[in-house]
Amino acid sequence: MSWAGKILRVDLTAGTVKNEPLNMQWAQAYLGSRGLGTKYFVEEVDAKVDPLSPENKIIWATGPLTGTMASTGGRYTVITKGPLTGTIACGNSGGYWGAELKMAGWDMVIFEGKSPKPVYLYINDDVAELRDAAHIWGKSVWETEETLKKTLQDPLTRISGIGKAGENLVLFAAVVNDLHRAAGRSGVGAVMGSKNLKAIAVRGTIGVGNIRDPKAFMKVVAEKKKILADNAVTGQGLPIYGTQVLMNVINEVGAIPTRNHRDNQFEGAKDISAEAMATPRKTDGKKHLVTNQACFGCTIACGRISKMDENHFTIINKPQYRGASGGLEYESAWSLGAVNGVNDLEALQYANMLCNEQGIDPITFGATVAAVMELYEMGVLTKEQVGIEANFGSAQALAFLAEETINGRGFGIEIGQGSKRLTAKYGHPELSMSSKGQEFPAYDARAIQGIGLAYATSNRGGCHLRGYTIASEVLGIPVKTDPLESQGKPELVKAFQDATAAFDSSGLCLFTTFAWGLADLAPQMAAACGEQFTTEELEKIGERIWNMEREFNNRAGFTKADDSLPERLTSTDGACKTGPAKGKFNELATMLPKYYEVRGWDPEGRPTAATRERLSL
Amino acid sequence: MQKVLHINADKCTGCRQCEMACSFENYGVFATAKSRIKVFDFHYTGKKVPYTCTQCDEAWCLHACPVEAITVDRATGAKVVNEATCVGCKVCTIACPFGTINYVQETGKVQKCDLCGGEPACAEACPTAAITYIDANWTGLSKMEQWADKLSNQSTAV
Repeated sequence: MSWAGKILRVDLTAGTVKNEPLNMQWAQAYLGSRGLGTKYFVEEVDAKVDPLSPENKIIWATGPLTGTMASTGGRYTVITKGPLTGTIACGNSGGYWGAELKMAGWDMVIFEGKSPKPVYLYINDDVAELRDAAHIWGKSVWETEETLKKTLQDPLTRISGIGKAGENLVLFAAVVNDLHRAAGRSGVGAVMGSKNLKAIAVRGTIGVGNIRDPKAFMKVVAEKKKILADNAVTGQGLPIYGTQVLMNVINEVGAIPTRNHRDNQFEGAKDISAEAMATPRKTDGKKHLVTNQACFGCTIACGRISKMDENHFTIINKPQYRGASGGLEYESAWSLGAVNGVNDLEALQYANMLCNEQGIDPITFGATVAAVMELYEMGVLTKEQVGIEANFGSAQALAFLAEETINGRGFGIEIGQGSKRLTAKYGHPELSMSSKGQEFPAYDARAIQGIGLAYATSNRGGCHLRGYTIASEVLGIPVKTDPLESQGKPELVKAFQDATAAFDSSGLCLFTTFAWGLADLAPQMAAACGEQFTTEELEKIGERIWNMEREFNNRAGFTKADDSLPERLTSTDGACKTGPAKGKFNELATMLPKYYEVRGWDPEGRPTAATRERLSL
Repeated sequence: MQKVLHINADKCTGCRQCEMACSFENYGVFATAKSRIKVFDFHYTGKKVPYTCTQCDEAWCLHACPVEAITVDRATGAKVVNEATCVGCKVCTIACPFGTINYVQETGKVQKCDLCGGEPACAEACPTAAITYIDANWTGLSKMEQWADKLSNQSTAV
């Protein structure tokens, strides 16, 4: 077992909450979290549904290992149809909330319909009810957490919810839990807002007690924790430097998209790197980085907790930003920094805090600002329109636009639509650095071939977390492949995508895969859930999940034409200007047909009958 | 040799492995709510601090108990609650200055850290050695060593 065996179904329209047994047949076939939540979703929701309509549903799902002593067992996933992309949307988060839901005795919560007025769901073990959220509607994520803990008179309650951005239907609004952990991408927060659902407050005291073989489980999780501790990345790099360990590494291989992908190396990378965070500032002699922080059950502890310079221009007279707070991670340092040409570390942390405070995805936000800055430099957008001089490199513009976006003011309203819609509106759709409408993260697809294919084929739009080939192409994990070479990448991308789907669905963190393969996950799953979870079975489950997501997108109307990258990344005109990848562009056209073949899809990117049968779809 | 749980909060990452290990040891479930050791997050400073019973020699809880349900484990020095004797009066929870003995609604008894009979599960589970189980007379040893090391690196002071 190790599944709680129960789900909550909440009808927001009717205001009712029902208890249902978990479909154990599906649990065996799709594990939990991303896989199982998506299975429920695709079975219940029409792929053509308008993401912001009451007919869309939204699911919070834990995995079978969530809430256990398996390292990193604190993850949960939010699944819905995404308003930014129109694809399946699926945001994964750590912190403590997911484990709390599991310890309250629930595998997942399914919301349907739309509440007539703002509500939040309160779960206290077996008891769950919708409550009036009038007193927290309009409040930030941080204020909501503080207020609800007071309202409920329980400081141990965990909260997952939205800030103003989700209420305002910002298309990349995030669901945030525990102040600064987020199901960040694809706009899951906007779907929550569209349903008048502000938060889910959970207190779980029952615990997770149905491990199949507790003795074997405790033994194997201890062995696997040792592997994480002994590994250079999970035992040293991530706890000491965080994901920011990558900033200088990726810059050296010429793969930091800079100034909206005009450039592929950032001259200011060292100023916004892990090393910069750990060096005393010239201004006040204090370090930016305060400490690292683990999520629930995590023995890696990559999270960053930082404190800003109190005299930085962004927070003068704003004492609420002086405390320690989450950030910067590599992705946010890049999306708020390099891609906008901004090298002011303090300004990046300020913008990052605003993203957490009101719940928006810093990747899409920052990448959209990059498109705005390019349009501004081209003269398409003016100071009057944007509200500030918005040249690349302007920390003032970054901070101002972050404030406008989280508060739904001025030009921030347009930024809140994401770069695809914004650039199209101003006549330059080619400047949106996105796939399926979701902006790319911090790795240049021209300098790293496989990641470009992973972006183009990601089921939730441009994303590094659906097939992190950087591990192989840059870091040599599990084997080194040449980032400049496109041959062999379709196979590599498929293997990463399938393994990732299995890890995501187990309830553990993807970051364990720097040290673990599915062969390390399998015995933990077997001890907790059942002997049938072998390495081969997990591979197959991962592939099944990938194909299920793909078929949903196909039914939603996506085709081969959407498995694309912008011309800037695939043509000689946009080729890398500097570094080891100089002259390179992404060879997607060569890789894509081979990828379909490896996947067992027809030339139009649809799973063949044989593939569907092999995967029991 | 008597040993004690020693906490170095600077090393704590806030992962709650200790809380899960505690609840698993005592109740067979992973339930941080049932743990006898708790990790506190101080968001404004970023500090994470594990906290549990320090096993006072002259234990307030032991002296306050009207039915002598709390006794000393001779082997470990732990103050142990005898559930069969405890009447759930909660006087010990008032007497303890540190809040580390608490009532459990489900059982109608109090619970506190009993050092797991000499092999504390929390210390075993802690991935960063923020919680260790060490010689009671030498909890300062590693700090002394750090300062001694500093001294050894100085050139002759005259």
